[in-house]
Amino acid sequence: MIHARGLTRRFKVGKGFVDAVRGLDIDVEEGQLVAFLGPNGAGKSTSLRMLTSLLPPTSGTATVAGRDVVSDPAGVRARIGYVGQKNGSGENFRVRDELVTQARCYGLRRSEANRRADEVLGLLDLESLATRKPGTLSGGQRRRLDIALGLIHRPALLFLDEPSTGLDPQSRANIWEHILRLRELHGTTLFLTTHYLEEADTMAERVVIIDHGRIIADGTADRLKGDLAGDRVTVTVHDESQAARAAEVAARIAGSDAVTVAERTVRLRVSHAGAALPEYLRSLDASGVKVATAETSRPTLDDVFLALTGRSLRESDESPQSGPQDA
Amino acid sequence: MRVRSFLRDTVTVFSREFAPVPREPLGLLFTMGQPLLFLFLFGPLLGGTRSFEGDGSPWQWFVPGILIMMCLSGPMMAGYSLLVELIGGSMERMLVTPLNRTAMLVGRTMKEFVILLAQAVLIIALAVPLGFRPHLPGVLAGLVILTVFGIGLGALSFTLAIASAPSGNLFYGVTQLVLFPLMLLSGVLLPMDFGPAWLQVVATVNPVTHIVDAERALFAGRFADLSVLYGTLWACVVAAVGLAMGTRAMRRGI
Repeated sequence: MIHARGLTRRFKVGKGFVDAVRGLDIDVEEGQLVAFLGPNGAGKSTSLRMLTSLLPPTSGTATVAGRDVVSDPAGVRARIGYVGQKNGSGENFRVRDELVTQARCYGLRRSEANRRADEVLGLLDLESLATRKPGTLSGGQRRRLDIALGLIHRPALLFLDEPSTGLDPQSRANIWEHILRLRELHGTTLFLTTHYLEEADTMAERVVIIDHGRIIADGTADRLKGDLAGDRVTVTVHDESQAARAAEVAARIAGSDAVTVAERTVRLRVSHAGAALPEYLRSLDASGVKVATAETSRPTLDDVFLALTGRSLRESDESPQSGPQDA
Repeated sequence: MRVRSFLRDTVTVFSREFAPVPREPLGLLFTMGQPLLFLFLFGPLLGGTRSFEGDGSPWQWFVPGILIMMCLSGPMMAGYSLLVELIGGSMERMLVTPLNRTAMLVGRTMKEFVILLAQAVLIIALAVPLGFRPHLPGVLAGLVILTVFGIGLGALSFTLAIASAPSGNLFYGVTQLVLFPLMLLSGVLLPMDFGPAWLQVVATVNPVTHIVDAERALFAGRFADLSVLYGTLWACVVAAVGLAMGTRAMRRGI
């Protein structure tokens, strides 16, 4: 569905350049649900805009839905759906009218466009809002409308740029319910960008992590967490003097890593805490260390990001340069 | 096939833009506010001056100018709605559809054209009870020139909107600074030959002056007047430049 090689985008900013995307290589097959995760300013939106033909790449190639984005952008546009970062509906046009217009943009005849508009209003619980103006809707309702606009022509591939950003948790969950249900109905390939790691973690089958314009990780959430970060084991001892010994024992465990000591607490990483913890506790017992508490935690994608870049995803939100112009 | 899809796209864009208009007819009157104000509150003052065009009432002279005034204030501001859509996400959304980019401009311009025509007919109708006598063939020819000019101004306005996104400052700056001087220097309110020589010279450089003169000549039935030729040429130039710049701006992407 999506095949990109060496996709690059450079912006001219002031007297210099900003390389927003540097040599992106990615392959997405039909039916996949891929989340493009990264801090603000990582190049997610720019990559998406190149793949949807909104922005020409500075270099590199990309084939989307079987068409080349550079030589046949119109072909790409006819085959994909797009939900942008901002609301796609015009303030002063009625909800249903915008849907009908959108269907006609894709070449559907009036009668068919009307049918699809009603169908999609039903699918996304927008029926009662059909004659309202988007400017009067709530954030969650407007976002559902944006998704309706993106799906009305039943594309095989749908791009979503930060679909749930700015929504309250309830609206966010609601949006996802709709997206996943529609995917079940039509087998749509979904490619979305997000900087919410919980969203990428729980919703996506495949997570592609991007930082400073480059892909730094690609795989299922579980595999990334297992390979790169590992589980965390945290043990506290009764006596501070025993903490050092506990740390020694930890270091001797096969596959342990990043052992740290802080007063009475010892932390370490292992690939499978469920198996490592009983072994560790037994070894501590054998060494005469008295354990007060023990707990394990599964890693998050933030841990993965931290392991790869040395920065936390939450802290590394860089604001993009203001007003980049085409190079 | 490509021509058919272009026409279809133009109709799609036109239908979208035009649909809210019949639902809010009062909105049309608001945009006509300035010309209507001048028509009813300023026009009667001319009755006290000498007649400028032979034996006809001052209205024969005044109404064509008011139509041009409406052209300047209406279509020139058409770009504002495009600017709003550029700043928001709806323009981007439409750019990802297979819609022909040029059709996006032409469809919007056609909407402005229809509205301008309706407003012009309304003003003429309102002026008749005041003493304006329309000379039918002349009025029709005058409306043609008016709408050609209006199409050009609308397209220029869209070009300006595209150039001034995302802040919009350029748009407001140009429209506010350019509109009024153009209008005042074209003799829509009072004859330029009432004024000093230097003002008249500046007026002759203003394209709008020639269009206004052409409108007056046509409305009076003087088809053979030289000003008709100049006015027609200028209207066509404005339309050609506007459409060329507009389609180029649309195609280059936003």
